[in-house]
Amino acid sequence: MSFHPNDVARRARMSSLALVLGFLFLVGAFFKTQVIQNRQYVMQSEENRLRPIPLPAPRGVIYDRHGAVIAENLPAYSVSITAPTVDSLRGALSQLASTLQLDPAQISAAIRRYRRAPTRPTVILPDASIDIVSVLEEHRLDYPRLIIQSVPKRYYPDGAAVASFVGYTGEITESELNDPKYATYKPGQEIGKAGLEKQYESILHGKEGVRFDEVDARGRPVRGEGPRPDLNAEGAPPLYTNIDLDLQKFTVGVFADSLQGGAIAIDPNTGEVLALYSAPSWDPNKFTGGIPADYYKQLLDDKRRPLVNKAIQGRYPPGSTFKLATSVIALQNGLVGLKDHMPSPCTGGFQYGSRYFRCWDKRGHGYQDLEGAIKHSCDVYFYQLGLKVGLSKLIAGGISMTMRDKSGIDLPEENQPYWPYAIDYYNKKYGRNWSNAETLNLAIGQGANSQTVVNMAKFYSALATQGQAPRPEIAHLVPQRKQIYNLSKQQDSVLLEGLKAVLEAGGTAGASAIQGLTLAGKTGTAQNTGGADHGWFVGFAPADHPKIVVAVLLEFGLHGSRAAHIASAIIGHYLKVGPITAVMDEG
Amino acid sequence: MSRPIVSDFRLLASAGLLSLLGVAMVYSAGQTDTPTAVAHVYKSQILWLLIGLGFAYAVTHSSVRFIEWMTVPLYAFSIFLLALTLVVGKGAGTAASTKSWLAIGSHRIGQPSEIAKVTVVLMLAKVLSARRESARSLLDLWKPAIVVGIPWLIIMLQPDLGTGIVFIGIFFAMLFWSGVAWPLLILIASPAISLILSFSVGLWGAWFFILLALVLWYRPYLIEGIVLMVLNVATGVVAPIMWEKLAPYQQNRLKTFLDPTADVRGSGYHVIQSKVAIGSGGLFGQGFTLGTQKRLAFLPEQHTDFIFAVVGEELGFIGVAVVLSLFLWLFLRIVQVAERANDSYSSLVAFGLMSSWFVHVLVNVGMTLNLMPITGIPLPFFSYGGSFMLASWLAVGVLMRISGEGRGSALSLRS
Repeated sequence: MSFHPNDVARRARMSSLALVLGFLFLVGAFFKTQVIQNRQYVMQSEENRLRPIPLPAPRGVIYDRHGAVIAENLPAYSVSITAPTVDSLRGALSQLASTLQLDPAQISAAIRRYRRAPTRPTVILPDASIDIVSVLEEHRLDYPRLIIQSVPKRYYPDGAAVASFVGYTGEITESELNDPKYATYKPGQEIGKAGLEKQYESILHGKEGVRFDEVDARGRPVRGEGPRPDLNAEGAPPLYTNIDLDLQKFTVGVFADSLQGGAIAIDPNTGEVLALYSAPSWDPNKFTGGIPADYYKQLLDDKRRPLVNKAIQGRYPPGSTFKLATSVIALQNGLVGLKDHMPSPCTGGFQYGSRYFRCWDKRGHGYQDLEGAIKHSCDVYFYQLGLKVGLSKLIAGGISMTMRDKSGIDLPEENQPYWPYAIDYYNKKYGRNWSNAETLNLAIGQGANSQTVVNMAKFYSALATQGQAPRPEIAHLVPQRKQIYNLSKQQDSVLLEGLKAVLEAGGTAGASAIQGLTLAGKTGTAQNTGGADHGWFVGFAPADHPKIVVAVLLEFGLHGSRAAHIASAIIGHYLKVGPITAVMDEG
Repeated sequence: MSRPIVSDFRLLASAGLLSLLGVAMVYSAGQTDTPTAVAHVYKSQILWLLIGLGFAYAVTHSSVRFIEWMTVPLYAFSIFLLALTLVVGKGAGTAASTKSWLAIGSHRIGQPSEIAKVTVVLMLAKVLSARRESARSLLDLWKPAIVVGIPWLIIMLQPDLGTGIVFIGIFFAMLFWSGVAWPLLILIASPAISLILSFSVGLWGAWFFILLALVLWYRPYLIEGIVLMVLNVATGVVAPIMWEKLAPYQQNRLKTFLDPTADVRGSGYHVIQSKVAIGSGGLFGQGFTLGTQKRLAFLPEQHTDFIFAVVGEELGFIGVAVVLSLFLWLFLRIVQVAERANDSYSSLVAFGLMSSWFVHVLVNVGMTLNLMPITGIPLPFFSYGGSFMLASWLAVGVLMRISGEGRGSALSLRS
């Protein structure tokens, strides 16, 4: 042992130095962590303990033109949970399954939501019943990670009556989350799925707020109120529509339960949509917060196809309602005089080449001028008018009168109508082996022509306003009108007189006349290879200063007279004329 | 035996202040938003402190010679207790699978390794002071190697990596204090260094050449030199196999030390939360008992292994600096005590006890900032635990006595 005092003193100095260096090293490390990197760790500590709870924003209320509510929000309860891992979520869900009456589909939906956004509370029940909520509240302490929130729930007071245009809301889906349009959305949020709700999603969707809960390491909330001020949800502004809810409900009423079809009412001067209905309808309130499987299956199985919107999606040959388009094209091209009649009189049919084309009335109409041909809807007249115009001009005229375009109504589901793009369409379809008989078919609204109800209403709006076709608008937008044809005053008045005569005695819709009101309109029959023919009526009133255009299609309605009854009832109700006592007879 | 109470004010003051601060922090550690059993442990910590003070008081009344006389039986008894843990040991805390606790039924009595830390120091001092000259060769060191080796092996069998590190620290510090030349210390340590460096072939190769140069310069016995080189080669090869033999939680702790973010929710969680707690404390801390990381239970083992993170979070850098300064003040004073001790045994005991605490502080405090691996060794005077508090104050008593008998003290002047 070398314990000479000098040696010991040297070793003592060395060890003291080592001690001082060791402690300086530690102090330096703490200085770096606590003073230099302080801000970073304070943030991490905040992130640790503050759990943001999203506060859903109420969607914008949708009003009709008089301030009646079409869509609003009711208070509902959502149940969600926070979980550190998928496994702990699974465990919690299986524990809660009986209390919450969860089925396997709801559990797997919750797990999918979690995988998408593990840091957000995972929604288990978007719309929990008050029974479940009260049970959970009683056992609040047993389930510390559960979050029961009062959330706004979409409600449509008139339910099925407004479904055709208002659409519905639902939870955002996986594929929608992948859509850049919804880049800012989070799983579990409600979005517009159809109709106005979808069309105006960006307006109707409010700004989600956030509340900060202080939680411990196990995610259990420890203090009632957040240590940071809440960011309150911002409700969306209301959406004012042109819909006349009273007229809408009346329209729903005139479609008796047995009838199926579509109807639309437009103000021809502005394009404002006053009513839009597709029968049979469905209940959008049942769709909110997830469509019940049995209800959805019931709708899918229904042969009347309630999920197909017959006012904007269904496409039907316009039949005789199209004869006005043929007339406009002929007049515009100067191919027919107002008092001219066609070379052959109507004898109940027309021989063209080797084929005989029937008129709808076997008795025949004899010689007719344009006005008479419209009144009686004489097919033979229009066969010959079509031949005069010629196929290429007929197709071009149809295109310029937007028979190939969507009406532009502000609903996302609208279908584009069918109309040939050029003669080449027939070449492509039939090779060189097609006959000019196509011209005859096209001239009377059959053949390669299928129109939506809304597009026919748009065309008749133009007829009501000297060729100015408005874009149909449900909500306020910038009104858009387009001159789709130009006719002289006399030409216009002949067409109008013809349309008026339809609803006079002897006209095809004479039975639908309303006392004290001049109606103008046209019936039509859409030949249906798959079953009974569909019935059309498109018309407007008052004939000389039109305030409303109504287009009605009745599926399997055989003939337009029944559709005319419905249309004239709608018109009468809107213009406060009536009550009409129309007898539903086959005209 | 009936000499008057000796007082080394600096020793008593620093150890006393550290203990009071420690009890306060154990109390704070129990103040969580969701109350746990930890809320009450400060009471038993106070009790243990009082018992420790009583023992320390008693020890100051016994002479160093008596302690030296008692050394062998105490050492033997502690080895016996340690060996007992292998048969009936229980785990606890972060190392629940180890067997470092003695227990009757489910009631844990204490950790014999805490007592062994003191008795090994005493025994090592006795063995090293018995030699007239400092060890010059490896063979000279067989006795001290056995003194440390036996308890070390038992502890590694428990297994308790942290305490094992403390024993190695004590061993080297006391060899250094006994006058063993530093090249020899490096030669002794070389197989362990080989072990660590064996994970990189290049590093190990470089180390091997340095070692070769050292052997040629220091010129130990030829046979020793050869054995040493063979040992180094062997450990370099054995290390990867050893790694496989480590328990998964030990492997995880070492891996976590290298990269705590690799396993955020697992082992790395402790270190990350500890760093967040300390870092968010800032200069002045969040205030006594108010640390949010601790309150909300993000901080694991906040009353034992990670109690220093509570200090950092609640008392800030100022608090950390004060506590570390107190430790340094205590340790520097003990070096003085060792320097002025009457005899080599006393001197070695003092230095050995100091080095044991220093290793504890360095590893425990370093661990809270991820500067050291998580080995689960406690912070002297702070971490909750009866055995360690008791052992620490026994050590304080011994140091007081040595200080009292040393040169320049009232006692030595009179004798």
